[in-house]
Amino acid sequence: MRKPVILIATGLIATPAGAQELSVNIEIPRLRVAEYHNPYIAVWVEDASGKVAANLDVWYDVDLRGEEGTKWLPDLRTWWRRTGRSLKMPVDGVSGPTQAPGQHRVDFKQGARPLGNLPPGSYKLRVEAAREVGGREILTVPFQWPPAAAKTATAQGKTELGAVRLTVKP
Amino acid sequence: MFAKPSLLAAGFAIGLATLVPGKAEAHRHWLLPSMTVFAGEEELVTVDAAASNELFVFEHRPLSLDSLVVIGPDGQPVDAKVLGSGDYRSIFDVPLTMQGTYRIALVSGGAMGFYELNGERHRMRADNAQAAHAELPEGATNVRISENSSRTETFVTLGAPNEVALAPTGQGLEMIPVTHPNDIVAGEPATMRFLLDGEPAAGLEIEFVEGGTRYRDNAGIQMLETDADGQVTLTVEDPGMYYLEVGARPEAAEGETPRRASYTAVLEFMPL
Repeated sequence: MRKPVILIATGLIATPAGAQELSVNIEIPRLRVAEYHNPYIAVWVEDASGKVAANLDVWYDVDLRGEEGTKWLPDLRTWWRRTGRSLKMPVDGVSGPTQAPGQHRVDFKQGARPLGNLPPGSYKLRVEAAREVGGREILTVPFQWPPAAAKTATAQGKTELGAVRLTVKP
Repeated sequence: MFAKPSLLAAGFAIGLATLVPGKAEAHRHWLLPSMTVFAGEEELVTVDAAASNELFVFEHRPLSLDSLVVIGPDGQPVDAKVLGSGDYRSIFDVPLTMQGTYRIALVSGGAMGFYELNGERHRMRADNAQAAHAELPEGATNVRISENSSRTETFVTLGAPNEVALAPTGQGLEMIPVTHPNDIVAGEPATMRFLLDGEPAAGLEIEFVEGGTRYRDNAGIQMLETDADGQVTLTVEDPGMYYLEVGARPEAAEGETPRRASYTAVLEFMPL
């Protein structure tokens, strides 16, 4: 299981030379609806051919009893078709509990799970959100790997997601 | 609510003559699953079986579940739990306990015949043409015997799709997916292949209809034709449940029993 990292003082972790970083900031909007449940959210990286290069995060009801938590994972339709249906849940280091509205930051390092060793190339970060009795939205942020310089790019959601900001660092 | 299965079985036996899909009848026959894509270690799909004109509305009659055949992801039969029949639909549940694709179908076949005896016209049914001939009374004239087979089908998947249950049986008219039937999305072409007794069925006319007919003026029917390989490509704009129907009447050579084969399927196109 993995919880969104609440910034750890960077000096405390010995970073191997050349370990590029990728961090994702996800905004979950606060919605005024009669029945609100935190959204399920999947975060993954696709290569230029659309193949899944890394599953980074899946936030769902991991703690629900029995099958109730996994039952609605197919509502993350794109993620489910690309990779979810072939995974055995929960996935260590990827699965995590749902998150409340607000800003959530998750960090990943080259060479470490769950990012692994991403070969050089063009990629897309994809963030998909689906909410019980709510809607679905998917955002895409393209990036180059490894990054030549620190760079930030943003995609703006309209319904189930707020801003998704991707920062890559060489 | 629903009659008990045991009572139903008796009811079906009596009603069989009228329940077997009437060939002149234009109603659509369908198995409508609650969903087609499932997750987790175990799940349950609940399915409605009905004949109707509107898709997918219960407005005509239930389908008999006597000929229900469910094949699981390992190619083995799966026991469905029959809940019963109302006046307009039958209902059953299929437990999904194995990862992969399930093929759910009503598969029936038989022979029917007409003959005259002492100036009166008679109608008969039998398991096949041979049995029908054997049952003919002495002195029957103007004998017409034909064979028919039908398959009414849908597909569901728990977890990742697999292909085992989709293998052709080689009997009657079948749809063998080229694009997996639980991996189809609106906006992307899906290819299906039709076989008659295991051989590619070229030149078949296919009626392909979007569900929700009740809520639009356009009948929404795409007429398609299978190519030399028996293949056809389905493309839809809107996600939803779709109905597909096709019939074949292979030409009978002199002395052969005429036959007709029919096939219907319900396919779910997902949004992406």
